[in-house]
Amino acid sequence: MSAFTLERRGNVTLVTFDLPNEPLNTISKAVGWELDELLSRLATDEPTRAIVIRSGKPDSFVAGADIEEFVQLRTVEEAARLSRDGQLLMQRVADSEKPVVAAIHGACLGGGLELALACRYRVASDHPKTQLGLPETQLGLLPGAGGSNRLPRLVGVRAAFDMILAGKPVRGKKALQIGLVDELVPEAILLETAIEAAERLVRSGTPSRRGRGLAGALLDGNPLGRLVVYKKAREQVEQKTGGKYPAPLRAIEVVRTSMEEGMTKGLEAEAQAFGELAMTDVSRRLVEIFFATTALKKDDGVPAGMGRAVPVRRIGVIGSGFMGAGIAGTAVMQAHVEARLKDSDLVRVGKGIKAATDLLAVRLKRRQLTRFEYERQRALLSGTGDFSGFAGAQLVIEAVFEDLAVKRQVIAELEANVPATTILATNTSTIPIHDIASGARHPERILGMHFFSPVEKMPLLEVIPTSSTSADAIVTAVQFGRRIGKTVIVVADSPGFWVNRILLPYLNEAGHLLEEGVPIETIDSVMTAWGFPVGPVTLLDEVGLDVGEKAGKVMHQSFGERLAPSRVVGVMRADDRLGRKNGRGFYFYKDGRKTGADGSVFQLLGVRPQGEVDRQRVEDRLVFAMLNEAAMAMGEGVVRTPRDADVGAIFGIGFPPFRGGPLRTLDAIGAGEAVAMLERLEAAHGPRFHPAPVLEEMARTGGRWYPADGYR
Amino acid sequence: SAADLARHCTRELLYRTELPGSEVDEVIYGQVVPSPLLPNVAREVSLLPQLPRTVPAYTLNRACASGAQAISNAADQIMAGHADVILAGGVETLSDVPILHTHKFSQVLVSANKARSLSERLGLFAQVRPRDLVPVSPAIAEPSTGESMGQSAEKMAKENHISREAQDELALMSHQRAAAATADGRLLAEVTPWFGGRGMDQVIQSDNTIRSDTTLDALSKLRPVFDRRYGSVTAGNSSPLTDGAATTLIMSEEKARAMGYRPLTAIRSYAVAAVDPGWQLLMGPAYAVPLALRRAGITWEHLGLVEIHEAFASQVLSNVQAWASPEWSARLGLPGVTGEVDWTRTNISGGSIALGHPFAATGARLVTTLSNAMVREDVQFGLISICAQGGMGFAMVLERVP
Repeated sequence: MSAFTLERRGNVTLVTFDLPNEPLNTISKAVGWELDELLSRLATDEPTRAIVIRSGKPDSFVAGADIEEFVQLRTVEEAARLSRDGQLLMQRVADSEKPVVAAIHGACLGGGLELALACRYRVASDHPKTQLGLPETQLGLLPGAGGSNRLPRLVGVRAAFDMILAGKPVRGKKALQIGLVDELVPEAILLETAIEAAERLVRSGTPSRRGRGLAGALLDGNPLGRLVVYKKAREQVEQKTGGKYPAPLRAIEVVRTSMEEGMTKGLEAEAQAFGELAMTDVSRRLVEIFFATTALKKDDGVPAGMGRAVPVRRIGVIGSGFMGAGIAGTAVMQAHVEARLKDSDLVRVGKGIKAATDLLAVRLKRRQLTRFEYERQRALLSGTGDFSGFAGAQLVIEAVFEDLAVKRQVIAELEANVPATTILATNTSTIPIHDIASGARHPERILGMHFFSPVEKMPLLEVIPTSSTSADAIVTAVQFGRRIGKTVIVVADSPGFWVNRILLPYLNEAGHLLEEGVPIETIDSVMTAWGFPVGPVTLLDEVGLDVGEKAGKVMHQSFGERLAPSRVVGVMRADDRLGRKNGRGFYFYKDGRKTGADGSVFQLLGVRPQGEVDRQRVEDRLVFAMLNEAAMAMGEGVVRTPRDADVGAIFGIGFPPFRGGPLRTLDAIGAGEAVAMLERLEAAHGPRFHPAPVLEEMARTGGRWYPADGYR
Repeated sequence: SAADLARHCTRELLYRTELPGSEVDEVIYGQVVPSPLLPNVAREVSLLPQLPRTVPAYTLNRACASGAQAISNAADQIMAGHADVILAGGVETLSDVPILHTHKFSQVLVSANKARSLSERLGLFAQVRPRDLVPVSPAIAEPSTGESMGQSAEKMAKENHISREAQDELALMSHQRAAAATADGRLLAEVTPWFGGRGMDQVIQSDNTIRSDTTLDALSKLRPVFDRRYGSVTAGNSSPLTDGAATTLIMSEEKARAMGYRPLTAIRSYAVAAVDPGWQLLMGPAYAVPLALRRAGITWEHLGLVEIHEAFASQVLSNVQAWASPEWSARLGLPGVTGEVDWTRTNISGGSIALGHPFAATGARLVTTLSNAMVREDVQFGLISICAQGGMGFAMVLERVP
């Protein structure tokens, strides 16, 4: 079956791109050949004077190139050739004597936008789903089908960098503003407008485009101005990525070559850079993560065919504090469900509604919501001191104080006030779910949903079934988590679940280092240099030392001496230091901003800070504390697959994405080398570094977490 | 705003009753002083995200009886077979009334909008005098007579010989009963908390006009407002104008039973009457109540509980006097006396003097309070009586259903 169908509208031929049996349009080699052949045919087709390209998919133009084809690339040359083929195809579109107009509605991304860029004229719908972007750098690549060359020529270097370097899409209004599209119209008249534009192009040729104002002329319009732009862009990228991600830097180079040395050189540079980037480990890891999250979106956490999701239209949230309000606000904002907050104290209820409403207000202010949508969503939020409205909720999430007795009390009250079919989720980071569920009349509808704080920002959700939880409950929780924009992993009901399990030994090791007098900034800077967004000591301040202390105790009780907490947290607590929340922690805070490390912790500990520190040794201890615990937890079956484990670490604690996750990192090191390192650390620092049995086994058998070749 | 209050109150009704929004056929709401920017507040209610966007809605104005009128209209619609489930209520935000420009200035603005040139526009504005710029706030006065509500109440006190003491005693009773009904939770159960203030942390759980500690002595010290020399109507024995919303769920009996609801009360009858506004403005109930009783096929003696809207104590006592007096009945052309009010069965949770009078909300509040009381006290028949602007009176008979 063909991906393209043709239709004559006067002297305009309407080309509809509709890939058979796929939810979205992507541009593969096969699609490329077909389009190429089609253009040849239309070039000699007498009645056709102009061409309009549109999508046959609802709310989506073209989602991008077919990434499945990337993973089969084995050499730089092969990858560069793929890029060159794409460039030739787009050149074909651009060179067409019969003007080609793109009618864009819905996502227009990557190769899709490159196709649109090659057209002579672009009309987009003003629908919120219409988003145009070049996300290639998020996969460690760059736009390789001419996009790195055409975009700066169309919208200027600065706007092009805004789109290419972070890979974030723009909406229709912005696209019109920067000149990415020529017209923005309601979806209802998109096609007519595009056809009219095509006819106009035939009659009177391509219209000249608007100038870009004074700043545009000074910066984008002359070579000297552009030098400033390149320099600034490089600085910003360096600062943001710490030089860990080569793609944005290469993209800046390619754009520079294209703009300063001409498009021929620019296209060569683009293909070469694409080829080289495609073969980098960074790109491979990022593509793997892309596949992993895509696969997770289809994984309901139970064997296929088991469990039926209850459609959630209303949630109840018990506990109207920071967490409860975050859950309610996120649910309303993302899934447009009704969210009803309950707390014993009505003042807290009111504050919770306000906090949740504020999340919506931010969107209103950023004009991501119209006033009408804002009012509508705001009315989805309500609160109560009793259980009114809870009987009609399909899912109730409790987010009360982290205390087993309190949580069991909440479950008991809920069982008395909601139907037996309502799914009850408990949000906890340390208490085993089966302890909360034991004693319930219907334990099959109880599970854990571990949200991360702040809920609206953190992308991960851990769903924790107990041995009694029904498949229906699991599927409902997982699908609801996805609806509110989270990446969801299903993990075992074991202390710390997955994310906190591997985080705690790492934070604890930071404590041991502090006890030895390793300076705070050294510890943090070693780990940010390794790729974490923040270092472990900063993280302790953010999490709160009270929370850390509590979690540390639970982990110590559950896993024994290996996870005995360092002295540091106790000492800090004794000095009333809770971290950022009370403005007293390892760092100084002024007006909520971190101002610098507070060395007095060493006086509290009675140690002298070290002057010279072996940074590699610090890195090894911190990294392997986490990697070893990850292996240990995997050996216990805490996470179902290495994929879930790695995605969880990346989205849950900011594990460096370019390293692909703790298990990918272990694979890169090799089990034998990892065990050897752990044995060295054990000899120097004690049995807490004793290698995980599963790692020792792998070292003996040459085992890996992932197959040696291939992306999955 | 009025829309916020009305939406909040209606949404809480939906949550408390667990009524699926898809079952609602119509929303009818009363509002006496709407904002010109939001003339149909009922539609704002029916556009709650808890309801389908396809629920029609209209806002009506029967002055102070608007909330009750919304309920009787709902009953009519259901009896006509046009609907099974209607949300009916009323809202008023008298702290947020529209303030208008003078007629002169409004005319200039309208003409300026149509003006073709700058000079024409400037010419128009040149006509404006400083006094034209003074804002106009709506007064609670009869458009037909220019007499304010308070002046009418004052006139009725004098013509019907209602003493200052009797008025103050009624006011005291209203406050004491409202305070008791709040303290023992009867009224709290009917009020949904409002989260006020910028931080939404100022929680209002009960009416904040109730003075539980007031005394006859304190009330008697207040100076008359409308006739400082010979008057008896004071701020203490009149109802305060407040903000409020009230929503009721009106269903056909079959529908209610099919959905597993137990009805509180049924609407047995209602009646509206009007008198000459130039006579005794707030005497409408004297006509409306006997009419409603006749339509219900019962007499005053059948009534177990009565709720009378307390616009002014002098008005309540005038109505009460008229119902009981043979002379009045003859003067009004009624076949006989209507009945004698038993104060132990009337306004048992206080009334508008203590609870406030958010015009259109009051009628729906009376129906709610009476219905709950009839269930609690297992009473077969109950009556509400409301006086309204324009000389109108509204009465409704409710019946307990098994």
